[in-house]
Amino acid sequence: MKKISPLSRLLLFISAIIMVVLYYVPFWQILMWAPQYPEWLTMKIWLNRLSGDVEIINGLNHYIGMKHIKPEMFPELKIMPYIVAGLISLGLVATAWGRKAGVWIFLGILIITGITGLVDFYLWGYDYGHNLDPRAAIKVPDMVYQPPLIGTKTLLNFIAYSGPDIGGWIVVVTGLLVIAVLILEKFKYKISNRFPSMKGWLGSR
Amino acid sequence: MNNKLIFKYAGAFLLFIIMAQFSCKPTAPGSVSTGDAATRVYVPPGQHDEFYNIVSGGFNGQMSVVGLPSGRVFKILPVFSVHPENGYGYSEESKPMLNTSHGFVPWDDLHHIAISTTNGVHDGRWAFGNANNTPRIARVDLSTFKTVEILEIPNSAGNHSSPFITENTEYVVASSRFSVPLGSEQDRDVPIDTYKENFKGTVSFVKVSDEGEMSIAFQLVTPGVNFDLARAGKGPSHGWFFFSCYNTEQAYSLLEVNASQRDKDFIMAVNWKKAEEYIAAGKGKMVKAKYAHNKEDKRTHTTTSTILEEVLQLDPKELKDIIYFIPCPKSPHGCDVDPTGRFIVGSGKLAALVPVFSFEKIMKAIDDGDFEGEYDGIPVVRYESALHGVVEKAGLGPLHTEFDNNGNAYTSFFVSSEVVKWNVNTLEVLDRVPTYYSVGHLMVPGGATAAPHGKYLVAYNKITKDRYLPTGPELCHSAQLYDISGDKMRLLLDFPTIGEPHYAEAIPASMIKDQSVKFYRIEDNEHPYAVKREMDAKVERNGNQVHVYMSSIRSHFAPDNIEGVRVGDEVYFHVTNLEQDWDVPHGFAIKGANTGELLIMPGETQTLKWKPEKVGIYPFYCTDFCSALHQEMQGYLRVSPANSNVPLKFTLDMILQ
Repeated sequence: MKKISPLSRLLLFISAIIMVVLYYVPFWQILMWAPQYPEWLTMKIWLNRLSGDVEIINGLNHYIGMKHIKPEMFPELKIMPYIVAGLISLGLVATAWGRKAGVWIFLGILIITGITGLVDFYLWGYDYGHNLDPRAAIKVPDMVYQPPLIGTKTLLNFIAYSGPDIGGWIVVVTGLLVIAVLILEKFKYKISNRFPSMKGWLGSR
Repeated sequence: MNNKLIFKYAGAFLLFIIMAQFSCKPTAPGSVSTGDAATRVYVPPGQHDEFYNIVSGGFNGQMSVVGLPSGRVFKILPVFSVHPENGYGYSEESKPMLNTSHGFVPWDDLHHIAISTTNGVHDGRWAFGNANNTPRIARVDLSTFKTVEILEIPNSAGNHSSPFITENTEYVVASSRFSVPLGSEQDRDVPIDTYKENFKGTVSFVKVSDEGEMSIAFQLVTPGVNFDLARAGKGPSHGWFFFSCYNTEQAYSLLEVNASQRDKDFIMAVNWKKAEEYIAAGKGKMVKAKYAHNKEDKRTHTTTSTILEEVLQLDPKELKDIIYFIPCPKSPHGCDVDPTGRFIVGSGKLAALVPVFSFEKIMKAIDDGDFEGEYDGIPVVRYESALHGVVEKAGLGPLHTEFDNNGNAYTSFFVSSEVVKWNVNTLEVLDRVPTYYSVGHLMVPGGATAAPHGKYLVAYNKITKDRYLPTGPELCHSAQLYDISGDKMRLLLDFPTIGEPHYAEAIPASMIKDQSVKFYRIEDNEHPYAVKREMDAKVERNGNQVHVYMSSIRSHFAPDNIEGVRVGDEVYFHVTNLEQDWDVPHGFAIKGANTGELLIMPGETQTLKWKPEKVGIYPFYCTDFCSALHQEMQGYLRVSPANSNVPLKFTLDMILQ
């Protein structure tokens, strides 16, 4: 089996190593607007913690009987740093190995992890929005408060938005880079024939 | 007699009478704003004003925070007066702020504002205010808009020419409007008609530390005159301070006549750097004095009052070269230094002209010994030698002068009820506009600093009459906002004010609004009775004192049922607001409490003391509409007879966590 080109290796390396940034920035955000909160309430999700106006959101949600959000209710915050470390290592191993199969495996695991994450987030949101305290002060018949998975949703007087934060976009970039490597591998000889000066980076048949 | 002639005369007389009915009386000058005035002062919904205007409240003892150009009032900021609506002067934490050597004083008369400066330019840290009646200076923190410190001034009466500040807020001054006898009890118990021998004025220089804390650095003991207003030198005149004084006649009764006899009174120039040299050389004298220093601890939100025992005095009669008198016509009131620091404007309140003194000329006259005599042992500089020139035929009854950023001065005229614009260098009158009515102080944003912000001028008037819908005999005071950006002053807005504004200052909103505190961090709360988590709420008995450690968060108190309190107990409700968000205060009031309420800001702890005198169930509730379930934010306290055995008990039906 032939090794991937030096340029592909470089891109693969970058795709893995940029995920280190995830340890320093939030990867997901939930934004909430209401007439009384023109400044927006925010909740940022990091690999290992939550930040932003979590206490204010809790204070508001207690009227409708939603659970008090605290880090302990998310075992994910304990394991996510290791999962990302695993992904980075996998990317680096794939780079070192330098085979196309490794690139495919890396992409596959990335996608599986991403989907698993979204499913997990959806399940939490479903429970958070449906499983309400029966003694809550405000009860709106048939109303559920499940936050949007991705995108915007109106919940009573709030407009809630859920979407990737910087870290989330970095994972997207990682995925795109890996896909770019696979495309590059497919067309690398065509390109190097067209641009002979690129031969050093792309290799030739 | 010729009948025809009679008819002629009668006809002429009749015609005269008829014409008299139609002949109009002369029309008084009207007040109209012109052109785009409405759009110039219109701040669209949701947008902010350009300036914060910190306005003294005069006899209400407060400051008001007003927006310019809209004239909207944002806050009444209690300083020297109790304020039951937020508990200032009623809560255990704030009561010591109003303590004095005379005990608790619930009111005063706040005349002047000084916003702190660095290098002569606004820095937006603090606003100072003076108490005229029981001499004090207060410091307001402009990040919380809260009175955080009050210092009493001993050996003073009528702290009027205060709280003016030096270029870098090194000092804030206080000087006595009333001269009084100083010293021991025996020295102070003298016949009033021994004024000339026994009565003295004092000028206090209060040091302001980098953190803002005030302490009296020294007091100058002066001849017994009345000090009125003051301004610090700046730029070339930094190191000097100028005070206007009247009653150099040393009258002690019917001053309106007896203190208006001399053609000229004085502006007193104080070389405070010289005073510092004397102090460094050990020339000051520590004297006994009793005065209160009250300061709020940021961490506990609690004010402590300390009674201080002595003050450093200097006698300028012995210690030469600290003070000089400069003659100024007709009982000067305002004494204003222009932005360059080169000119001092004196405003004789009975004069028709405005003298402008030159700092360079004053210095030269002092160096040359160019004196016209002495007044009570203090050299008096020759008037003509100190004079830069006079503004002729400016108006009647000049009071105060402010400056813009283009070398112009604006003087208020009480008697002729107008503001007159003139050029500081040429002394030429450029424009005049009427005020409604009888303007006292006037204010240009930054007009007292080395770099005025200009653009607007506000006249604070003493007489209101017909300006607004009448409200019986007692009326609000009126203010007018003028556009001064062009050659001609233009009236833009006429608006009512709170209390009786005297001096005010304005500062660009951008210098303050971003540093405004939104709430106090609960982690930083070091109040000894703070409840940081609802589960820590409790009630403790200590003899006949009952301490309720209470928390408040939307929309309940913890605890909210309390039993075991007895008639004769002293109950202390220490209420902590656990909210950590902007604009969520909680209030606290209990039936029959003969105090104010508490208004507790997020993260703060405040205490209400209550002595129940009758048996029964007492409801308490939140007084600030905090949430959709605000009306549910309430509780009950049971008071049993003095000898009852009802055990102390408290509950909260915890529904969450």
